[in-house]
Amino acid sequence: MNSLCKLSAQEMRQGLLDTEFSAVELASAHLDSIKESNETLNSFITITEDKALAAAKAADTRLSSEKENSPLLCGLPLALKDMLVTKDVETTCGSKILKGFVPPYTGTAVARAEKQGMVVVGKTNMDEFGMGSSSENSAFGPVRNPWDTERIPGGSSGGSAAAVASGQAPLALGTDTGGSIRQPAAMTGIVGLKPTYGRVSRYGAVAYASSCDQVGPFARNIPDLAMLFAAIAGKDPQDATSVAEDVPDYLAEVAEKATSGLAGLKVGVPQEYLVDGLQPDVKSAFESSLGVFEKLGAEIVDVSLPHTEHALATYYIIVPAEASSNLARYDGVRYGHRTAKADTLQELYAKTRGEAFGKEVKRRIMMGSYVLSAGYYDAYYLKAQQVRTLVANDFLAAFTNHCDVIATPVSPCTAFKLGEKTSSPLEMYLADALTVPVSLAGLPALSIPCGLDTQNLPIGLQLIAPAFEESKLLSTGNAFLTEQPFELKPLTSGGQ
Amino acid sequence: MSLDQKDVLHVAKLSALELSEQEAEEFTKDLQDILGYVERLESVDVHGVVPTSHVHGIVNDFRDDIAKNSLKLEEVAEMAPEFKGGGFRVPKVL
Repeated sequence: MNSLCKLSAQEMRQGLLDTEFSAVELASAHLDSIKESNETLNSFITITEDKALAAAKAADTRLSSEKENSPLLCGLPLALKDMLVTKDVETTCGSKILKGFVPPYTGTAVARAEKQGMVVVGKTNMDEFGMGSSSENSAFGPVRNPWDTERIPGGSSGGSAAAVASGQAPLALGTDTGGSIRQPAAMTGIVGLKPTYGRVSRYGAVAYASSCDQVGPFARNIPDLAMLFAAIAGKDPQDATSVAEDVPDYLAEVAEKATSGLAGLKVGVPQEYLVDGLQPDVKSAFESSLGVFEKLGAEIVDVSLPHTEHALATYYIIVPAEASSNLARYDGVRYGHRTAKADTLQELYAKTRGEAFGKEVKRRIMMGSYVLSAGYYDAYYLKAQQVRTLVANDFLAAFTNHCDVIATPVSPCTAFKLGEKTSSPLEMYLADALTVPVSLAGLPALSIPCGLDTQNLPIGLQLIAPAFEESKLLSTGNAFLTEQPFELKPLTSGGQ
Repeated sequence: MSLDQKDVLHVAKLSALELSEQEAEEFTKDLQDILGYVERLESVDVHGVVPTSHVHGIVNDFRDDIAKNSLKLEEVAEMAPEFKGGGFRVPKVL
């Protein structure tokens, strides 16, 4: 692998400013890296080589004229989850139903990144429409983990995570509905942020469960993550659920607090998250992480989130319900796949959808239709919305009375083997138990690597903050990783 | 609440999804498992709890009433499986 692919985004920025290398060279190095390893990892569905080289050329022009005044991300390569629509570039959501679909517009988060001069290198593989926790539910084949290619990289944004962990791109965007950024970041040893609901525009992020979906960044370190996050955050008139809160200079805030330790910070630990079924080495890595916080001067406090045990059931009612409604748009009429053999319109709908949706998508659509159907609405959907309030209130009470941030493991287990959990959908759902409560509450959460298990696979730590306090997450995560650095082995050892 | 294959086929119809026999069988078991799991919510006391549909409680977000262009007809036609005379072509409705 070209050594350029091992640099941090900040080092790339410096190298571009010092004209040690050009944006075109940087893009070419990453495109080569993708070509070398994509056959093994299957992390990209589409590689946008020509567009990337053209964008890099434009970035070079801009860098040479604007120099230090050019945007921080100008000329830096970016990988995009194939859930984010891109003008003139096929966008599939990992589904056969959108194979060949070329959107007529670009979504806001991507447009903001491109406006900075970022160079999109391709669209990454994922669980179909974001539905999955392993990136195995893709019409384009499963993604493999660069730490061990017999294993899954987590999901649903597994392609983006694998790309960043393996040096195919320094930065990537994903989407997170119930853990789809945090869990793959944890399983590939990188950092990933699910922003507060409403912090990043959902315009152009294909809708799965609209009340939980958020677009967020992946990177290999916190300052890089902060740079990308700052570029995409903020109110967007195109998304009525985006919120008009000020976007701080995240990178400056992280830098400012990098050396000041964490004195005075109260880190809450909810006992409800240290449940049976937590892999023993995940538990011990989590516990030793608490020692790192103490060493940095933070205080560890016990907190209680009593409705945690009901969050997963709540999530698997609300999210399929929203999905069943959102995915009604794939009907074979206006875009995407259409069956070749229908005599009536009703048949056209049913056959198109039956042929082109994968199993997990069908399962969730059916589950959603069921809980919303006459006679069951109150018992399931309404009840779940009420329990959702209780889950959110638990977090509010903890932050109001006891702590500044909450720390938990990201996932009860580390990266499992391909095929290991595909036979039981429910077992796969249980892998999301520690990430979905945050999604229901709409809070921001950061995933950072905190150790290795007995098989040398990365373990993730989840930090949760009150709404719109991403800065606190980023500076806490940065202090942690400065104290206990993490070696990203797929990169340092030169690939898989 | 138990669910059988007849319910599954009904839900599939509501969802406009054609299922193979094997899928109908499989989904009956899967949905039974999942519903069995989510039924644990029955034990939660939600008396008087306001349901959450949106975490920030935003009600309306108005913009100025300015007309903007939507997609061009050619762009729409380009994406459509069958497009003729300014409209999407589909098989007979009834």
